Amino acid sequence: MSEAARLRRPYDGVVVAAPVTIPYERYSLESAQWWIGRALKALVETSRLDKRAIDGLVVSSFTLQPDSAVALTQHFGLSTRWLDTIPLGGVSGIAGLRKAARAVQAGDADVVACIAGDTNQVDTFRRTLENFSRFAQDAAYPYGAGGANASFALIARHYMTRFGATREDFGRIAVSQRANALRNPHALMKTPLTLEQYMAARPISDPIHLFDCVMPCAGAEAFLVMREDIAASLNLPAARIAGTIERHNAFAEDVVQTRGGWAMDVSDLYGMAGVQPDDIDVVLTYDDYPFVVMMQFEDLGFCAKGEGPRFVREHDFTIGGDFPHNTSGGQLSVGQAGAGGGYLGMTEALRQVLGMAGPTQVAGARTALASGFGMINYDRGLSSGAAILTGPSA
Amino acid sequence: MTEPLSPPLKRSPLNRTQLPSQPPAARSRTSHGLTRAAAEGRFALQRCTHCGAFCYPARDICPQCLSTDLPFVDAPNGGKLVSETTVRVPADVYFRERAPWRIGLVELDCGPILVSHLHGDCVAGERVRLSLQLDKSGQAVAFAKPQEETPAMQDDRQWRELTADPKFRRALVTNGRSAVGLATVDALVKAGARIVHVGVPDRWKPFPEEERLRTLPGVKLVPLDLGDERSVRDLAADIASKTDILVNTAEFVRPGGLTDRKGTSFFQMELAETYMGLVHLAQSFGPTMRMRGADGVDSAAAWVNVLSVYALANWPPFGAHAAAQAGCLSLSHCLRAELRSGGVKVMNVFTGPIDGDWFQTLPPPKVAPRAVAEAIVSGLRNGLEEVFVGDVAQDVRRRLAANPKALERELS
Repeated sequence: MSEAARLRRPYDGVVVAAPVTIPYERYSLESAQWWIGRALKALVETSRLDKRAIDGLVVSSFTLQPDSAVALTQHFGLSTRWLDTIPLGGVSGIAGLRKAARAVQAGDADVVACIAGDTNQVDTFRRTLENFSRFAQDAAYPYGAGGANASFALIARHYMTRFGATREDFGRIAVSQRANALRNPHALMKTPLTLEQYMAARPISDPIHLFDCVMPCAGAEAFLVMREDIAASLNLPAARIAGTIERHNAFAEDVVQTRGGWAMDVSDLYGMAGVQPDDIDVVLTYDDYPFVVMMQFEDLGFCAKGEGPRFVREHDFTIGGDFPHNTSGGQLSVGQAGAGGGYLGMTEALRQVLGMAGPTQVAGARTALASGFGMINYDRGLSSGAAILTGPSA
Repeated sequence: MTEPLSPPLKRSPLNRTQLPSQPPAARSRTSHGLTRAAAEGRFALQRCTHCGAFCYPARDICPQCLSTDLPFVDAPNGGKLVSETTVRVPADVYFRERAPWRIGLVELDCGPILVSHLHGDCVAGERVRLSLQLDKSGQAVAFAKPQEETPAMQDDRQWRELTADPKFRRALVTNGRSAVGLATVDALVKAGARIVHVGVPDRWKPFPEEERLRTLPGVKLVPLDLGDERSVRDLAADIASKTDILVNTAEFVRPGGLTDRKGTSFFQMELAETYMGLVHLAQSFGPTMRMRGADGVDSAAAWVNVLSVYALANWPPFGAHAAAQAGCLSLSHCLRAELRSGGVKVMNVFTGPIDGDWFQTLPPPKVAPRAVAEAIVSGLRNGLEEVFVGDVAQDVRRRLAANPKALERELS
């Protein structure tokens, strides 16, 4: 076990419960406040908790301006003694879980509602790109206004050249996720996707093609982090947090990004959890683009750096496959509800280990890994995180 | 390899003119250090005074040593194209109209990694040289060209979007009688301008170069008295929609400052010819040119003002002239802001005393009219905003940047 993992305190006495998804819509006339509020209501209904028992709130959203979490306390009639707003996009779910868990463990809150939600109006996507960050505004967006597609295209092209990955390899990921999504009634994508269709898709920003991209939409995802005894008293199915990692701006010296921060901290993740990659039953990676999934297979220790393409060719990522992955269909097939995309893996991981995943349930899943990635501030994704959850019988 | 540009086809009057749009313009204040360098055609980056690290994107804190002392300094521009993409579905109107659009990641030898526009002849994995250019929003952007010159590289579609190359464009030179005006006509013809209209004031006066001008391909003499609003309007009615580059070579040089001149008639004449001349031109040609900033290969592209460098700091022996030029300089900044929505550049070419009649008694160095003309064409071909021609202009610029008060004393 690494020194860092040895020093980390386990999340004793804290559990995660009540995975909530507010079904997505391609476009919505409603506000982010509406979507987040609906998620809060669903958390209350699922947990059968009195709303007044929720004394912590952490929120992530791109479209909440001019509000932050504090405005929502008044809007929703909550009185919390712990509050946070996490503007971390794809890492929001992991970061929210980590912060909430430590707050509960320290006694600063008893029950924290962790919610990510966004609306999507016809102009939302372009505006988010335009105003994403100062560095993006100064030095990335004026170059073709391609947004994340163009930025990740530059990273993907370099990855393909360096490690020999092909579009077919990426396609296997997208195609298997679509197969999973067909079993998820909430997925926006309802039709099968073949590798031929994937290959024939129109280019967006070479080598990124249509089915490499997520569909922006409106929606919300949420879960509760609470004291273990409260969950028990409610008879609420709950999962334990076995290990987590989070990293920002790792490997700044890499000219073009070939790895995320996971590679820096992965031994802590497994060390803290006391498990190995082989022990994971379901893997939920952050899939803004299939090649980012491949990068995570490498950086999270499922294969060595550069072996992602071979790993993809050798495994079956469907729900019934030998390596069940993004069982809900992932953002590629469910849709990307803004910051909700950073929660999608977390809520699905939670459902899987609690045996609540219904049509996408992996038989006997007890240990799940969810990872997040986000914030392409300029030329690379800055933030990464991962969490391992274990179910009641693990 | 870049395909050589084809001459534009004759326009169909039935077609709607495509209106100009602008690339994303929002920038941090710090990043305008790049704008300043781009305006003059320099490649500059921030460099930490304490640890020597070059930085990009523009920032307020050095990521190596946390110093706040990050001045923009001229930087080596060589690097390698480490990745590239072709953006086919941009999010904004400007790039959507111009897609597919190639960009890349350039690793500079001096450290930073830049997202950059790419010349069509750039190849992934190979060496490139970067420059800073002003885009159609007037903001600085990085542009990568291949290390070696390639044939017809000036004709590259993305490069041409950042420049105002005279090739196949139609120009107006406002004063064909001045030595600078004449040299500019020659330089524009040589640079491939399709038509060069040459304004001739007082058509009845003898005009020694007239016969030679008539023999040049594409050159057309037109009557134009800049101080006369009617004359400028009449010409604009004929040719404003065929003016892609306007070079204002208005010239009215008389010696003297305030107290050494008798009466005010020279003041009024120099203001009429230069300051009011610019007003007349801007009102008559500006709106049409601004409409035509995206009108194909021969879109409206640039407005050039030839100004005395003493517009920046008064030189009392020609003090009234300098003041009129300062007025024109101020107007040019207003014009630049007003033409920006059309993507039409305003380039100011600052010169020291010209080697000609009006500065006859001054000692050298003086600027040859041909040098001014070549600087105009080079500035257009490189998309510049500020050009300083000759030793005197360069000297004044440097002294002004170092200590304006010292320059004031030195000039008096």
